Amino acid sequence: MTANTATQLSRRTFLSGSALVVAFSLSSRAFGQLAGGGEGSAGPAVVAPHLPGSLKSSPMLDSWIRIDADGKVTVFTGKVELGQGIRTALIQVAAEELDVPPTAIHLITADTVLTPDEGLTAGSHSMQDSGSAIRNAAANVRMLLVREAARTWNVEPAGIDTDGMGNLTGPEGRTLGYGPAASSLSLHVEAAADAPLRDPARYRTMGASLRRVDIPGKLTGEPAYLQDMRLPGMLHARMLRGPSFGTRFQSSDIAAISALPGVVKVVRQGNFLAVVAEREWTAITALRKFQDAPFVRTASPLPSGDVAATLKGLPSRDIGILDTRNATAPAASTVNARYSRPWLNHGSIGPSCAMAHFQDGAITVWTHSQGTFDVRRVVAELVGLPPEKVHAIHVEGSGCYGQNGADDVAADAALIAWDMPGRPIRLQWTREEEFGWEPLGPGMLTELEASLDTDKRIVTWKHEVWSNPHNNRPVGAGGVIAGGEVAKPFPVPEGKPIPMPEGDGSRNSNPLYDLPNMQVTYHFLKDMPLRVSALRSLGAHLNVFSIECMFDELARAGGVDPLELRLAHMKDERAREVMTTMAGRFGWQSRARGDGVRGCGMGFARYKNLGAYCAVAMEVEIDRETGRVRVRRAVAAVDSGQAVNPDGIRNQIEGGIIQSLSWTSREEMTFSPDRRTSFDWSAYPILRFEDMPDTIEVHVLDRPGLPFLGTAEAAQGPTAAAFANAVADATGLRLRDMPLSPERIKAALGAI
Amino acid sequence: MTIILNVNGAERRIDAEPATPLLYALRNDLGLNGAKYGCGLGQCGACTVQLDGKAVFSCLLPVAALEGRRITTVEGLGTLDKPGVLQQAFETEQAAQCGYCIAGMIMRAQALLDRNPSPTETDIRAHMQPNLCRCGTHMRILRAVRRAADMMSGKLAILESGQ
Repeated sequence: MTANTATQLSRRTFLSGSALVVAFSLSSRAFGQLAGGGEGSAGPAVVAPHLPGSLKSSPMLDSWIRIDADGKVTVFTGKVELGQGIRTALIQVAAEELDVPPTAIHLITADTVLTPDEGLTAGSHSMQDSGSAIRNAAANVRMLLVREAARTWNVEPAGIDTDGMGNLTGPEGRTLGYGPAASSLSLHVEAAADAPLRDPARYRTMGASLRRVDIPGKLTGEPAYLQDMRLPGMLHARMLRGPSFGTRFQSSDIAAISALPGVVKVVRQGNFLAVVAEREWTAITALRKFQDAPFVRTASPLPSGDVAATLKGLPSRDIGILDTRNATAPAASTVNARYSRPWLNHGSIGPSCAMAHFQDGAITVWTHSQGTFDVRRVVAELVGLPPEKVHAIHVEGSGCYGQNGADDVAADAALIAWDMPGRPIRLQWTREEEFGWEPLGPGMLTELEASLDTDKRIVTWKHEVWSNPHNNRPVGAGGVIAGGEVAKPFPVPEGKPIPMPEGDGSRNSNPLYDLPNMQVTYHFLKDMPLRVSALRSLGAHLNVFSIECMFDELARAGGVDPLELRLAHMKDERAREVMTTMAGRFGWQSRARGDGVRGCGMGFARYKNLGAYCAVAMEVEIDRETGRVRVRRAVAAVDSGQAVNPDGIRNQIEGGIIQSLSWTSREEMTFSPDRRTSFDWSAYPILRFEDMPDTIEVHVLDRPGLPFLGTAEAAQGPTAAAFANAVADATGLRLRDMPLSPERIKAALGAI
Repeated sequence: MTIILNVNGAERRIDAEPATPLLYALRNDLGLNGAKYGCGLGQCGACTVQLDGKAVFSCLLPVAALEGRRITTVEGLGTLDKPGVLQQAFETEQAAQCGYCIAGMIMRAQALLDRNPSPTETDIRAHMQPNLCRCGTHMRILRAVRRAADMMSGKLAILESGQ
């Protein structure tokens, strides 16, 4: 991988001006609250607001695309592969608008030296930000190539076409390769906003379910992950930390650990402690020896009450989200409900890992963070180097569903490497460390009140949500664990809400439905009793769950079909079509009605009210003896705008359904006052194969030529609601507190 | 100490502490990436390899106990150019998201198909139960295992080489 990087570096020396310089000249602090990728990050400055996607911050074409004299195409993105298939989708976008085969494109993902800064890869923004930028940059390049051929042949551009194989074609059978055409062309020009996009009717690559480019290597043991990197002279490190965030071990015998055979060094910087060894097993053995000591809590005790008690005990800043007043008929029936979600773990199968190498006064960090440029900002501040002396490179890690330990481990590795110049340091967090130290998905609470009139119209809608900030992405040293451990600790930045329309705890608290008298309030709780940050879909998981459960509660109160009630209050045609498509495929009208054992439920949302539309229905069967719920079938419909890779969308939605089922029906971090007690998969079970639905179907609506809509998080909320609504339909019992676990369902059934 | 391991049909000599789990010997001494560190506790299956044909957690097995035993990793099933049957089936079904768990999934499925070439849906789900996936790729993994079984039984064609 280093050899490859070096080659890329030398190829790319021309990329010294324009967008990159602009981005780096800004103070990270000042931009800490900007939504880069929708979930925090320092993010780049907008310099060309009229352009689509990330062209707004990096408008020069050569920031995105380069064509060599031999016709080879290199495309640069500031987004990263997290397992969501973005590498393949972006190659397809570039191939389509350049009109070359996808195999002709070499894609380079986030690298602080090579690529534009596109903020975080988060918030289902990659297709909207980077996909839109690359689509339009490629259209610009194709337009310039056509003009160049027109100039060469002295003909009108209108008479020139491209053949899909990297050639320009003109009158009288003339052809010109992109390589020769590009060699007399400078791409160091700003993108035009109106470069012609290819006609969807003539698409060759977009809209096709191209097989993912990264899968074959992953199936055969090729080095595909950061965890697989091996550099010459590399040493193995393990952190020496207590069992969970806010603890440390007492009186460990550091001298004895340092003296173990094969241990190269115990690195100590204030309370930051790590062991470095020639061999990985030696480092693990040393860690185990270190842990053979009592630990102490160094922070306030962890909350032991339920989510509602914990959150309502915190000082709140109330943020108005919606306040509409309309004249309506009087309320005939009113439903009040309180819904909650506990703290959740991201649970990536591979614990976080990083590589760092400090040499000749500069640090290189290989990271699977969602914010490669933020890793540079964090490391630069942590070790006191100017940012240009820190090179952060994204390398894929295990699946990423929000801010796990990736940023922390990158900073840890850099600090160790800083102490041991010349030797590359590979730092692997342990499973227990990932459970104990990563920022959790925040616990949340909502209270809703809604009323129907006698015509079954909703006449009032009140929604309150209590949440800690989900936006604690590190943009400086104070945001990572190591920053609080060094001899001169960095202050932890105060949590800030993400403003709507993206929102954080407030995300999707504003219903897409056409409702009168909406009062929506976000009780923002800046004081965090637990270390928390972004988890896939942020507040949308509980907010959509709450809204969509309330619709079913109202439907039940009013004796209306749940789908009919939704359609009666939905004007957005695309939303309606997603719901009716789902309903048609599911057979909603002829579904099994709740009979004590079987039942059906649905949920719908448009993610953030600006991303993909997604509707999910499922049929469940309850084992009344055990409370276990078997999902017989789940059917989803999704509208992601122009679908670049329909199978990629299906894969994301299927995965979202399964992950959300796991969150909603099983998962809950547990605590004692002194530590997190969910420290492995036995103490934090997730769904396994025998818990899977019998079938999952995902139907992707075709929207040729329409803008890309972020998809990766769209299923989380609708799935949660569909599950709860199906359980309610089957049993007649409304469970409002996640997890809707077998134990809770059995307890509820026992009470009737 | 020096230990001779039989990995993917070849004798490999390594110098390691006897208690070293096989996972670290495979990855660090033999440069094989397929088996992954997931938990080190035998709870997730990312490290699954075959030992004398059975699916085992390589993170729990000390190398000293493995001399003379037959170890197979995902690298032993096929390559990019000549993928094995399960690898072809996983590719066809696009049965991966991040893919971190997938080599372990393939090795566990291989152990099933080696002893039961025509498993039922219930057999497959029960057999795959020890392995965790967090991306939610389960339905595709199940389809891929069924496809591989059909390929092995001749119901579906096996490719001679890669794509």
